[in-house]
Amino acid sequence: MAFIQLTGITKKFGGLTAVDNVDFEIEEGKITAIIGPNGAGKSTFFNLISGFHKPTSGTILFDGKDITKSPAHIGARLGIARTFQATQLFEQSTVIDNIIVGHRLRTKSKLYDAVFRTPREKREEQLAHQKAMEALEFVGISHLAETPVATITQEAKKRVAIALALATDPKVMFLDEPAAGINPEETDGLADLMRKLAASGITICTIEHKMQMIMGLADKIMVLNHGAKIAEGTPQEIANNPIVIEAYLGGDPVVEVK
Amino acid sequence: MEKIFNQRNVIIVLIIFALVFPIIYADNRYVMHVMTLGFIFTISVYGMNIIAGYTGQLSLAHAGFFAIGAYSLGIITTKTEINFWLALLLSVLITSAAGFVLGLFALRTKEHFFAIYTLIVGYLIYLMIDKWDELTGGVRGLIGIPIPDPIGPLTFETATSMYYLVLVFLLVSIFVAVRIVKSLTGRTYIAIRNSEELAQTLGINTRFNKLVSFVISVAFAGLAGALYASLTRFIGPEIAGTNMVFSFLMYLIVGGIGTLSGPLVGTMLFVWLEQFLKGYQEYQMLIFGPILILIVIFSPTGIVGGFYKLKDKLQNFRKIKKSRSAKPVTLNSDEK
Repeated sequence: MAFIQLTGITKKFGGLTAVDNVDFEIEEGKITAIIGPNGAGKSTFFNLISGFHKPTSGTILFDGKDITKSPAHIGARLGIARTFQATQLFEQSTVIDNIIVGHRLRTKSKLYDAVFRTPREKREEQLAHQKAMEALEFVGISHLAETPVATITQEAKKRVAIALALATDPKVMFLDEPAAGINPEETDGLADLMRKLAASGITICTIEHKMQMIMGLADKIMVLNHGAKIAEGTPQEIANNPIVIEAYLGGDPVVEVK
Repeated sequence: MEKIFNQRNVIIVLIIFALVFPIIYADNRYVMHVMTLGFIFTISVYGMNIIAGYTGQLSLAHAGFFAIGAYSLGIITTKTEINFWLALLLSVLITSAAGFVLGLFALRTKEHFFAIYTLIVGYLIYLMIDKWDELTGGVRGLIGIPIPDPIGPLTFETATSMYYLVLVFLLVSIFVAVRIVKSLTGRTYIAIRNSEELAQTLGINTRFNKLVSFVISVAFAGLAGALYASLTRFIGPEIAGTNMVFSFLMYLIVGGIGTLSGPLVGTMLFVWLEQFLKGYQEYQMLIFGPILILIVIFSPTGIVGGFYKLKDKLQNFRKIKKSRSAKPVTLNSDEK
């Protein structure tokens, strides 16, 4: 059985079908990419898996468990992490302060522990801090730990967002356009980071528009268009797929592809 | 200089000041009363700071809960024989329970809607107190609320003893607020304030955490209200009114919303300012209004937030200066 298995996933917003009867599998330890033109339903697809939207129909299995109706925070506890297209960091705070809360879901300290500063609270605070530092080191920006987020570069912010996701101890990470708005050199650096994440055993699923990056990075690509899956396969297969080429570049309107 | 003015020393000086204050003003009941009242409002504003400043949900039902605490104590102590301290505990519990029930519904709304919803609930609490004559005394208010029962040899008949009692509650409240904010629980609340969406993807049950922080904030209001009732010994429905909640909000914003010392600074400043401007009554707002506007425009995190920003700037400035003056020295050593 596949690591993440989606069967017949459909999401309708009123009369609009954002995701249309998609079957999809994500394999463990691999890098999977979802591509498609703007408005193809990629982000909605992410929101469905991470529990922000409930699918109109279909089921989502994660590691054998049915998470179709689980809210986002339950998914996170099971090991699903995600980043957002626009990083939602707390700009006034330092990088490390942003990331410490990432490990909160693995700690148990309650209000009582906070007020009396119990040994558990102290131990878990230390653990969360240590996890945050490890995550920062992993993404290669531990030197920025004490810097306010507002003053770091766009690329560093993307890395902070990934570090935050990493601090939750995830099994799978969904990255929503991690390379948007950064230059080619930085894009390569980020691709390396994604490989490193996959090599460390975290399954990666990413939405990306930068085809060059994806072609060299992904093990498998799914192409969405108008909410439907139009192709799936290795980068090589996708690059030579006439349906995909038509969706991206436009084709002869007479040739209706079914 | 900086070493003398570090955080710990400032806190020690403030506590010593609070402790010796009654010795200086022992004969002046008025000054003692205003100071004690200021402390009580500060406790309430600390509560508001937790939900509005840290969890990021602006609750405008705060005065309503302050009144629930005050009336709970007033009604229990005047209509039953229950011991004062038990009544105080019960008042806090009743207020918290009311907050829990309201929170279940109110927290389904977000942002502006939450503010408006809680504003309306606050007004409903006011109306309930105003109209429920048999229980609350209606517009006439509730009179004859007793002073706290003595604890062993400690009695609370004088203004000074009430001052010290409230001071103890204030210190405990601040301590609890600081502990919560600086803990993992506090980080959870701040994460929710920052972005509820992101908090959820980090595995935080935002609904549950918002509810808990709302109940904590309400418990502070209930405690403050109960202390208020036993200090003034007379309460009327106006303490649940919208004027009251906007006073709390003004104290919080001017002092510094989402800062740990903001509630203390803002509340004490305004409580005294209100006293000095008492002669001008309705013109007070001519002074408060511009202060509030200036603060919101130039220092959204209030006096305290502005102070820290200034301090950071100064430190950065010094660092730059230092690194500049350090350069020639290294050059010299190279020449050798």
